[in-house]
Amino acid sequence: MKKTSHILAVAALLASTVVANAETLKWARAGDALTLDPHSQNEGPSHTMRHQMYEPLIIRDTSGAFVPTLATDWAPKADNPNVWVFNLRQGVKFHDGADFTAEDVVFSFERAKQPNSDMKELIGSITAVRAVGDHTVEIETDGPNPILPSNLTNLFMMDKGWTEANNTVNVQDFEGGEITFATTNVNGTGAYRLVSREPDVKTVMVRNEEYWGRNDFPMEVSEIVYTPIQNAATRVAALLSGEINFLQDMPVQDLARVDGADGLTVKQAPQNRVIFFGMNQGANDLEADNVDGKNPLADVRVRKAMSMAINRDAIRQVVMRGQSQPAGMIAPPFVNGWTAAMDGESSTDLEGAKALMAEAGYGDGFSIRLDCPNDRYINDEAICQAAVGMLGQIGITVNLDAIPKAQHFPKITDSKTDFYMLGWGVPTYDSEYIFNFLVHGRESDIGTWNGTGFNNADINAKIKSLASNTDLDARNADIAAIWRVVQDEQLYIPIHHQVLNWGMSEGVGIEVDPEDQPRVKYFTMN
Amino acid sequence: MLPFILKRVFQSILVLVVTGAIAFSMFTFVGDPIDNMLGQERTMEDVERLRTQLGLDRPVPVQYFKFLNEAAKGNFGVSYRQGREVSEIIMERAPATLELAALSAIFAVVMGIALGVFTAIRRDGFAANFIMSASLIGVSLPTFLIGILLIYLFSVELGWLPSFGRGEVTQIGGWTTGFLTESGLKALILPAITLGLYQMTLIMRLVRSEMLEVLRQDYIRFARARGLSNRVINYRHALKNTMVPVITVIGLQLGAIIAFAIITETVFQWPGLGLLFINAIQFVDIPVMAAYLMMISVMFVVINLLVDILYAFIDPRLRVSAK
Amino acid sequence: MTDQPLSAQNETQSAPPSRLRRALDSDLYYAFRRSPVAMVSAAVSLLLILSAVFAPLIATTNPFDPTSLNLMNGFTPPMTPNAFTGESFLLGTDDQGRDVFSTILYGMRISLFVGFSAVLFAVILGIFLGLLAGYFGGWIDSFIMRTADVQLTFPSILVAMLIFGIAKGITPIEHRDQMAIWVLILAIGLSDWVQFARVVRGATLVEKNKDYVSAARLIGRRPSAIMLRHILPNILSPVLVIATISLALAIIAEATLSFLGVGAPPTQPSLGTLIRIGQGYLFSGEWWILFFPACTLLALALSVNMLGDWLRDVLNPRLK
Repeated sequence: MKKTSHILAVAALLASTVVANAETLKWARAGDALTLDPHSQNEGPSHTMRHQMYEPLIIRDTSGAFVPTLATDWAPKADNPNVWVFNLRQGVKFHDGADFTAEDVVFSFERAKQPNSDMKELIGSITAVRAVGDHTVEIETDGPNPILPSNLTNLFMMDKGWTEANNTVNVQDFEGGEITFATTNVNGTGAYRLVSREPDVKTVMVRNEEYWGRNDFPMEVSEIVYTPIQNAATRVAALLSGEINFLQDMPVQDLARVDGADGLTVKQAPQNRVIFFGMNQGANDLEADNVDGKNPLADVRVRKAMSMAINRDAIRQVVMRGQSQPAGMIAPPFVNGWTAAMDGESSTDLEGAKALMAEAGYGDGFSIRLDCPNDRYINDEAICQAAVGMLGQIGITVNLDAIPKAQHFPKITDSKTDFYMLGWGVPTYDSEYIFNFLVHGRESDIGTWNGTGFNNADINAKIKSLASNTDLDARNADIAAIWRVVQDEQLYIPIHHQVLNWGMSEGVGIEVDPEDQPRVKYFTMN
Repeated sequence: MLPFILKRVFQSILVLVVTGAIAFSMFTFVGDPIDNMLGQERTMEDVERLRTQLGLDRPVPVQYFKFLNEAAKGNFGVSYRQGREVSEIIMERAPATLELAALSAIFAVVMGIALGVFTAIRRDGFAANFIMSASLIGVSLPTFLIGILLIYLFSVELGWLPSFGRGEVTQIGGWTTGFLTESGLKALILPAITLGLYQMTLIMRLVRSEMLEVLRQDYIRFARARGLSNRVINYRHALKNTMVPVITVIGLQLGAIIAFAIITETVFQWPGLGLLFINAIQFVDIPVMAAYLMMISVMFVVINLLVDILYAFIDPRLRVSAK
Repeated sequence: MTDQPLSAQNETQSAPPSRLRRALDSDLYYAFRRSPVAMVSAAVSLLLILSAVFAPLIATTNPFDPTSLNLMNGFTPPMTPNAFTGESFLLGTDDQGRDVFSTILYGMRISLFVGFSAVLFAVILGIFLGLLAGYFGGWIDSFIMRTADVQLTFPSILVAMLIFGIAKGITPIEHRDQMAIWVLILAIGLSDWVQFARVVRGATLVEKNKDYVSAARLIGRRPSAIMLRHILPNILSPVLVIATISLALAIIAEATLSFLGVGAPPTQPSLGTLIRIGQGYLFSGEWWILFFPACTLLALALSVNMLGDWLRDVLNPRLK
């Protein structure tokens, strides 16, 4: 409490001194960051908050291309393919004035590899990080790792001195309920400094005038006030009434109203996230169907028929109001391995679907339960509801169970559902990430989100080999081969790729980021 | 008198233990916190490690006993969602809810009594009938819809009042208040009306019927016959005598206001205890849910206890029959 | 509510129950004929209840049959042909292409079913426990009234969530769809019985010390007979009043629970679920999805409330 009042006093002081060009970004979205500790909780909204104050070595721009941030350039070492060399930016200072050096990078990687870190899986292949001089580091992996930089875009750099001085070297044990200095305090190199924070209520940040890129980026926002607003109608009302000027998580039905309102605009871009249905083909008999002794979903013809019954255009047109792109594969277009041809493979064909059902011996249909989240994806419940009607057309009676994500996801990971909705984003932009979680047979540390029961030894081996395959062409060929099997088996029923919408005042200038990660330093304010 | 009070106190404690058990057992059904806490990239080992760490692998009665034991010391553990002491979070959020509830209660009581008296005195007048009918419309719509309609009218269309949050708050010791700034006061208006509307109607109707009742008592007729002015009769005699049941109901409704703040706080993104509770349900944040339920229980039980004791003082007949 | 003039007491008690009921009926009927408010609200309630009961005959489509829906009909404004399908609907369609008029009729059916069942459940439970508590006193009374305290401790929302969770754990999967409605009934009913029990207990406490009850006890009537034959008829008026108002409250409580996501499933929406869905379209111009269900709910709750109000005025002779 005492600390907050100190911070508030500082804030008041700052607020009075930067009146000159004070532009406040009043920013709202549905949820809040879970913690500020950079290496705890690998989660979207938490990263969004950190990206304003901390920085990784590399970030991605809105096209998915790498942008040098704390590293200026990087390449595999000429004489050793197991080592990547990163040259660091010079003259960078942390918020407390300390210099950013190679030592801090080494420290941050070590911290991110601690057991409590939520980032450790992303850098699991790293065996050593060495400082070579003040502004160069070498990162050694347990084998050649061609896509290492992809895994570093959310790996934030901390100041060794500050962290040690404040006794917060250990990553917060989030699940155990630990609070550390780094949970609530920030000392990054980022463009904004933390002023105050009340979780789930409000977080305030101010512009870092000493930022290394102060003149390279617009940085026209002098203060950020971030407020989570859960109720969708209230969120939109706040934008319409001018209480906020930047909104993520916009309901699709309100796009036209917001876009048409005086002084407001909506910007959109395809999101790196695909929505699909999973089917349990592995069980001998399903728990939630009316067919005894048999599993209708085990028959690929039934799975194909179900996919053919889904009218993706109608869902796009009505449920999503045009804010989606019908999908034929469960990889977003940004991802290495995605092809336009495969993404066009789903079609609607009711007669064909009925014929397949009859061929498979289910001409009279069957009944099954569809498990669906109601607070996770854009209009998730409405999509499921629409699917219920569409599957009804080919004789499948679907009972819908739409529940909060907190109760929905365990059903998938604990194999308690036979037919479910899931969405997937791919932060590494590579198919391997999808295969690891959704295609590989379920084991303790791989295939954890594969609720289909699909478990093919050949495919599993191929997936495992991707990690250390340095021959990119051969690796891509393997990826294509795996996708072919996924497609032919109709492992999942792809629905669509989500489209992201950000609502804002006309004065706010920013491009939509496909990973839903706005970085305020790029914002212009008129 | 003392044995009676002691007995009630003992019963109340028993009630709390039972309530706690019910509240606690509900958590085993709401969902698994592990999934929320670990996110998509977790492994089975992570899950097992965490389950043991949180004590979720132990039988529910054991978990409950531990919970009660700690709760008695005011220690509800650490929030899974925020990673902070639950008691600390509750202390931080309580001012928002208490200020909102207080203002709603004042609104409900003042308006309720005023309108109740008015509609009783002008029993068949047009205005009184209109107020009675309008109040019925108020209780015939769900609270969340009233809140959203108020936002639509006063924030979006007219732009007079804010649609969410507390506005600017001032920190006084451990307490944050919205009463000292203009934006803070403005932010209070819509949620307070939304929350207090139902209670206001209730109080208004109660005052009206109690007033009507009292007004036909003999002593009022005598007072009238003695030539006392209507004002004196209405306020000094009639209103005063309606107050006992009204105060009882107000006492009970205060607890209800805090409990039903859940809905208002969700609609207005009011950073209080109700919103905290709804968040806790979404994230299956068991310690926070448990603490909230226990807190509400304690509040209701204490109010009930006070009302019981009050009754005993007022009406000896009930004390005897309830022995 | 507790003390009735002694003369009235003797009068009503000396008459056999059937005549008493007839007298009450005719009294009510007389007052009813004299009150335009009562007649209008009764007519509206009756109209709404009947149209809900006969929904399958009145509605143009069956919105609960997913195969009959065409998603492309979604968001059609009232009495305007749909841009894709050319179909037109009296009150428009909702986000799933359901005819709003038909959906309201079917939804009202569910709301009323939940409301009536919940109140019935609360009345039976409340009267039973209230009589027990009031008549026997002692530890039975303490136990029941302390349970009532526990009950009051939990707002209906929390009770519903609790019951929902438990029910989910124990119902077989194929019955889950129907479960939501029974859970609502149970949850609303459970949070409502307390006020019946309190009223009944209070009245019983007063009545049981009266001479006629002592007399009945003296001539050896069993407690159950005394409670049912002698005490119960005297407390029916307040119970009837509370029950009517509770019906309106139950319908609204159902809507609130739906808002918090513990209500009727979206594939078989109640009025409350429709309003929850509709409120999302308040800003986007599809006003009919919210407006018509909200008006229906308002008309229903309002007419029932006014009827309850009128009943209270009539049945409480002291206010005449």
